[in-house]
Amino acid sequence: MSGVRVLAGTHKGAFVLTSDGRRKNWKIAGPFFAGWPVYHMKGSPADPRRIYASPTSDWFGQQVQRSDDGGKTWTQVNNKFVYDGETGTHQWYDGKPHPWEFKRVWHLEPHPANPDVVYAGVEDAALFRSDDGGQNWRELSGLRRHSTGRRWQPGAGGMCLHTILLDPKNPRRIVIAISAAGAFRSDDGGETWTPINRGLYSKYLPDPTAEVGHCVHHVAMHASRPDTLFMQKHWDVMRSDNAGGQWTEVSGNLPTDFGFVIDVHAHQPETVYVVPIKSDVEHYPLDGKLRVWRSRSGGNQWQELKRGLPDRDCYVNVLRDAMAVDQLDDCGIYFGTTGGQVYVSPDGGDHWQAITHDLPKVLSIEVQTLASPRAKRAAPPARKPQPKPKRASARSR
Amino acid sequence: MGAARVKVELPSPLRVLAELHSAELELAVPPPVTLNAVLDALEAAHPRLANTLRDPSSGQRRPFIRFYAHQEDLSHIPQDAPLPPAVASGDEPLLIIGAIAGGA
Repeated sequence: MSGVRVLAGTHKGAFVLTSDGRRKNWKIAGPFFAGWPVYHMKGSPADPRRIYASPTSDWFGQQVQRSDDGGKTWTQVNNKFVYDGETGTHQWYDGKPHPWEFKRVWHLEPHPANPDVVYAGVEDAALFRSDDGGQNWRELSGLRRHSTGRRWQPGAGGMCLHTILLDPKNPRRIVIAISAAGAFRSDDGGETWTPINRGLYSKYLPDPTAEVGHCVHHVAMHASRPDTLFMQKHWDVMRSDNAGGQWTEVSGNLPTDFGFVIDVHAHQPETVYVVPIKSDVEHYPLDGKLRVWRSRSGGNQWQELKRGLPDRDCYVNVLRDAMAVDQLDDCGIYFGTTGGQVYVSPDGGDHWQAITHDLPKVLSIEVQTLASPRAKRAAPPARKPQPKPKRASARSR
Repeated sequence: MGAARVKVELPSPLRVLAELHSAELELAVPPPVTLNAVLDALEAAHPRLANTLRDPSSGQRRPFIRFYAHQEDLSHIPQDAPLPPAVASGDEPLLIIGAIAGGA
């Protein structure tokens, strides 16, 4: 029978949560790397036994750990991330130049076909690639050397490259996002990059429509339709249908369009999930009610999902890499909270249950589908999103 | 002149990383016994600890790492300066501390 393996990176170690395809009864293994913040862990789509993990410490630096047996045992691979050549400066919080300094790996993205190829998104923002399973890392420095690099600035969590999307149909196309520089795309395997922030509006910038400087929190893509991207920006949920060439706001009827996570249903490329968060100061759900909102129309029309989620007194956050979907026929949706809960919906969001309430603060969630699901359901016909006029109200940003 | 037997005490996260069950370990360190020589010997004996105490680019002590021994703070001595004789002789351990370690 098919099953799932949920990879939870937490503030005090990594955990591996497994279940069969019913996703009702769970086993929890860990903590691995006990005491170490694990910013991210992700399995290779080509070989599910291969998992990469990013334990990191303000004291002891960065680790890259690799498992070749599905998370049972781990081997430390190379933790040397050295920027290519002169590092130059970016903007600091006060607007002054600040030298690029490596701090940690925020995201590890294994190649869809080759388990030895893996990309690392790091703080201060840069993209690294390993072709030998993490033994050696080289920077794809065209990104950091982009002419706008000196204008990039950190978001509240640091200047992190947190999103890496590899186009399954075009191996030379990579989309990345940096807080708070924005989104960038490469069409030549990571050598050169173009900012893809047209249509974003960020009131905290001197020029709200600037080429760079937007605080992009996360970007999601459906493998069958890689030109369509969904973005949770600091404020605003956005959509692009031309690989980031132009963005349109699709926040629609969301009760607040601040948030961190965004993801797409495994078999329905127009079904999107977000977790609205009250504000950029109050990093918790509205009215103490933890809710996922789902759009089946690619945005604009959103439905509140609440069955099984806390109805009161819930003041957790869901961080940017802490939502994932499985590939089972009845697509499962997963997210982890800063309160240590991990939730699953085994039916696309209609019903939720807690896998656990008691992990450390969850930093990231990924999921591996362990056996071949039946053929994916046919996706519903694509619907063009309806352009929505930009709201004129001056909300607090 | 043979290698000195130097005692080193590791902080908990590094014991986890190196899968050590004891805080204190003994290292064979070729003379002269300096911070760099001790850390080189530590990384040779436990490769998982590579780059955890010194920045891989600069080779310098990471900012939140402190070295104490014999009731002295040795964090700011040159990394190639000889360590106190009591450390070099193995009478006193070199304590490796994660600074402000009571935090998050």
